[in-house]
Amino acid sequence: MSANSIPPYSRRLLEPFATIGQTVTNSLQAIGDFGAFFGAIIFWIFRGPSRTTLREMLVQMYETGTLSIPVVMITGGFIGAVLAIEAFSQFAVIPGLADRLGAVIMISVVKQIGPILTAVMLAGRVGGAMTAELGTMRVTEQIDALRAMGADPIRTLVTPRVLACVIMTPVLTIYSDLIGILGGWMICVGVYHIRNYAFWHYAFTGTDMFTVAVGSIKSFVFGIVIGSIACYKGFNCGNGAQGVGRACTESFVESFCVILLANFTLAVMLNNIYTMFWPNQPSIL
Amino acid sequence: MELTSNVVRPIIRFQDVYKSFGPLVVLKGLNLDIPEDQTSVVIGPSGTGKSVLLKHIVGLLKPDAGSVWFHDQQVDKLTEEQFEPIRKQIGFLFQQGALFDSMNVGDNVAYPLRLHKLKSESEIRETVHEKLSVVGMDGSEKKMPGDLSGGQRKRVALARAISMNPEVILYDEPTTGLDPIRADVINELILKLQEEMKVTGIVVTHDMASAFKVADQIVMLYNGQIIFRGNAEQIRQCPEEHVQRFIQGKADEEDLKALRRL
Repeated sequence: MSANSIPPYSRRLLEPFATIGQTVTNSLQAIGDFGAFFGAIIFWIFRGPSRTTLREMLVQMYETGTLSIPVVMITGGFIGAVLAIEAFSQFAVIPGLADRLGAVIMISVVKQIGPILTAVMLAGRVGGAMTAELGTMRVTEQIDALRAMGADPIRTLVTPRVLACVIMTPVLTIYSDLIGILGGWMICVGVYHIRNYAFWHYAFTGTDMFTVAVGSIKSFVFGIVIGSIACYKGFNCGNGAQGVGRACTESFVESFCVILLANFTLAVMLNNIYTMFWPNQPSIL
Repeated sequence: MELTSNVVRPIIRFQDVYKSFGPLVVLKGLNLDIPEDQTSVVIGPSGTGKSVLLKHIVGLLKPDAGSVWFHDQQVDKLTEEQFEPIRKQIGFLFQQGALFDSMNVGDNVAYPLRLHKLKSESEIRETVHEKLSVVGMDGSEKKMPGDLSGGQRKRVALARAISMNPEVILYDEPTTGLDPIRADVINELILKLQEEMKVTGIVVTHDMASAFKVADQIVMLYNGQIIFRGNAEQIRQCPEEHVQRFIQGKADEEDLKALRRL
């Protein structure tokens, strides 16, 4: 039954279904395409990076990691401070409860805010830059030139960038966490005059190594997400400046959505693992 | 029209190649033989698939149907890894040069050499110097591609394309965007390389002056098929309307009617 044999009224009724069907098909195709791309990245990582890949990785680690430290630290610091300000008014109602702000800030920052904010900051700063650079290379035929010379573009361009993201995102998250806690500490102890000993006591007893591990695992996964989506968008961007620009926007938005999804999934998964191994502890979710 | 070479075995062959992009059919049953050690020029209207044809030779595109042959080996079904030894023998000059803008000229020209690890670093430096001299860009090793003019970029890109001493060089619109004098420099380079390095050249262009100057054979691509194949003298005599319009640069009736309506 071809499209022309359907009478106009029925066609109008069926059009929304056709649109939905087309959207689903396109999305599945895009997911499959990305899956193949991601598979190629994993293949080249386990194949063993060449010396040039490692050198390029170090360059990328500097670009993505070292140069992002100031902005990540500022973000962390202010968020920690604001968290302290907002929480204090609630905690100060019951005398002595405000002493536990250290634990609240530590857990929030290390498990949720630190990893997510750092990832979002990097998705914008680093992801956008990678998509723009690779997208520009695509529209100027530089990626074709690599293939025509017998080089694999994913091995040469993508693997170092993804590895750099995977290594530097947890590192930057730790920096962010650190300054976040210090920001909260400055407000709690400096402004609200909570006892210094109390702040740190509850901070360290309220959290354990698993809290830190959760934050690190999350940032590791976020690093993979940012690196692979940014590079994929660059490789598959449309033509011209508009194509590159659109790819950068999509790269950030999609990285962000996948980060939120991954955050939720990991939180549930890691909580279940925790209750499996330490069944007597209160749930950490 | 006789489309198979009866003198030398063709180094590259297209057999019944079909290629479309979505609804747009670009190549429709294309048959073409490229003889060795000669410069073949592919002409045709813009957007008819000349660059697409070139990209099939080096495996950047795969045909939807038909086959592509390089030295009696079918190449259209090879994987990227299997294509590597073939790509080492083919140099590709892209339309805008496609130099890597994160590296300087010297590193760009050295890139294929360093990639395939066939020479020591000092040998590579020597080769880079030599190839840049061939194209008239010696001394520019430290410059960045962004600092060069369009013509200079193309010459550096050509130096990169020949750094591995390939058997075949593919030129994608080498003179497009250049002034007549710079364009002639490129024409002279194409002739020089064919003579000195004994390469097979395939030039895709719509610059007729360039085509007449460098071609040993001219091939015209129209509507996804080859409609003419012969030398410069034969194409001037060809009675086919589309061929004559193209080589003389005359707009056809429909285009003129559209203009007059304004």
